[in-house]
Amino acid sequence: MLALRGIEKSYPLAGGTLPVLKGIDLNIDQGEMVAIMGSSGSGKSTLLNVLGLLDGFDEGSYTLGDVDMSGLSEKQGARYRSRFLGFVFQSFNLIAFKTALENVALPLFYQKVARRERQQRAMEMLGKMGMDDRADYLPSELSGGQKQRVAIARALITSPRVILADEPTGALDSTTSHEVMQVLREVNASGITVIIVTHEADIAAQCDRTIRLHDGVIIEDGRSGEVVEPTARGAST
Amino acid sequence: MMGLDRDRLTELVQVVVRNPLRAFLSALGVGWGLFMIIITVGAAQGLENGVKADMGSDVSNSMFAWTMSTSLPYKGYQRGRYVEMDIDDVHWLQANTQHLDLVCPEIQLGGYRGTNNVLRGKQSGAFDVHGAIAEYPEVKPMNITEGRFLNEGDLDQERKVCVIGSRVKEILFELGEEALGETIQIQGVIFRVVGVYTPKGNGEDAQNEAESIYIPFSTFAKSFNTRGRVGWLSMLIKDGVDAEEAEEATKQLMKSRLSIHPDDPRAIGSWSMAEEFQKAELLFSGMRLISLLFGSLALLAGVIGITNIMLISIKERTKELGIRRSLGATPTRILQQIIGETLFLTLLAGLVGMVLGVGLLEVVDGYLEGGGDAGVFRHPEIDFGTVLTVLCILLGMAIFAGVLPAIRALAIKPVEALRSEG
Repeated sequence: MLALRGIEKSYPLAGGTLPVLKGIDLNIDQGEMVAIMGSSGSGKSTLLNVLGLLDGFDEGSYTLGDVDMSGLSEKQGARYRSRFLGFVFQSFNLIAFKTALENVALPLFYQKVARRERQQRAMEMLGKMGMDDRADYLPSELSGGQKQRVAIARALITSPRVILADEPTGALDSTTSHEVMQVLREVNASGITVIIVTHEADIAAQCDRTIRLHDGVIIEDGRSGEVVEPTARGAST
Repeated sequence: MMGLDRDRLTELVQVVVRNPLRAFLSALGVGWGLFMIIITVGAAQGLENGVKADMGSDVSNSMFAWTMSTSLPYKGYQRGRYVEMDIDDVHWLQANTQHLDLVCPEIQLGGYRGTNNVLRGKQSGAFDVHGAIAEYPEVKPMNITEGRFLNEGDLDQERKVCVIGSRVKEILFELGEEALGETIQIQGVIFRVVGVYTPKGNGEDAQNEAESIYIPFSTFAKSFNTRGRVGWLSMLIKDGVDAEEAEEATKQLMKSRLSIHPDDPRAIGSWSMAEEFQKAELLFSGMRLISLLFGSLALLAGVIGITNIMLISIKERTKELGIRRSLGATPTRILQQIIGETLFLTLLAGLVGMVLGVGLLEVVDGYLEGGGDAGVFRHPEIDFGTVLTVLCILLGMAIFAGVLPAIRALAIKPVEALRSEG
């Protein structure tokens, strides 16, 4: 489903560059639920951005489905994001002046879906998240958990093949975190690949597979918490 | 590229109403600019209308010429000879000119602006009495309120008929009395009234016109023994012919016909309404242009204000734009959105300014129509062509205002936008 080969990414600095990803090799199959862990600065968010086509990479190759994602234009990137990917963010990233319904329907607006169908599908998705009674609420009128449910509904509205979640429970209390993870597991159970960046071990424990990054290389890649041989080339050096 | 469906309109309205005070303040500059353009152009038009109305009843391509004393000797004639022209000269001129549509001979009893006692029973008055031809109203339009103007039959048969001005009727006839068919006496000659007219235009000339009487040129010559002498010529310049060129060519023709030295500057006098109109037209075109220019500068200031506000708005909305990009918005859609917002705000403000400007012109026009006095100012208005021009300028400026913020918005990388605060 999703394959990275030798991905390298660095950011320009005054007087040089800062390497952030150092030759990442990674395969994620359709329907997997994967946690990416690592300390601050390990490159996990950069990896998620590369996976989400929000950021480019310097070296290597990235295949999503059967499509090579190397050297995409911004327009092509936007198209593939819209077609394959859904995003869930720690800070929810709902548009403040739009209602829950409008936020959920927004990705369909960019897919040029007709208004009536957009609203119908958005309402159905909110219903699945148990949020249909909050459809006309603005984000400021919702709790943290409710906002994240709306954000997940928005991520799912385009029927993506992959959900990319960046610290989805980072701003939530433990009860709400549990509820949100429950929702994400249900999403995964429907066959959608879910990739979660987290620093919380108990969140990672709820995923099928955990990848741990350190200093831009994968140092662990295991299922249900077991530690497996490092897969990144940089890890063995 | 940028269809405006309900969704996009909703998006635009949401963005504008999110910060209404800012939207209002930024729109104010554009609205004020448009308002100023409408008011100044409308006022210039009002002034033009007033001046043209006061220019009287002459049509814009009319020209007048008369003979005087020569200032140069020529063909055996001494200088100082008083040149006279007659009806044969007029026919010759009409046959030989390439610049004129119509040449009307005219003569006035007692000379130019000479008045004569006209009698009707015990009533009398001092009026201008003209000898003219049937085509004369083409040069000097008038409203025939009763009967008719002179016709070819009157000229051919040297009928003793006259057409009198409205003021002449007021003085010589009782209120409500029928004038048509009645007779008046001009220097002892009896003329039957066949028409009554009111002059077109306003001002002193129009008042003089109302106190005039027209009789057939041929009858005038016979009744007052002028032997076909012509006082002056009233002429119409052909369409598309330059007034100055027509005036000079006509004078040269007259000089050649009347044996006047070609370089004699004095023997032929002339006055061209067309030239006056051209000068006035030039002046008013200049005024319109200056109004548009200064109004456009005011508008530009407003548009720069909107650009500035949009740039601030883009900075504040960096995160929102990042979210939109992550949700699948292409750069083109972001471009459309930013330019659309700017266009929406600018055009809305411009239209409000335009409506208020036109409304004020209508109010002033209503006041003037109701008898209000504003001197030479008359019927201020703005024509559709100018409105269209202003709208095009506004549209161009609105796109200009949106381009810079849109470029700024596109320069923001999605990942950087999502990282930003706000």
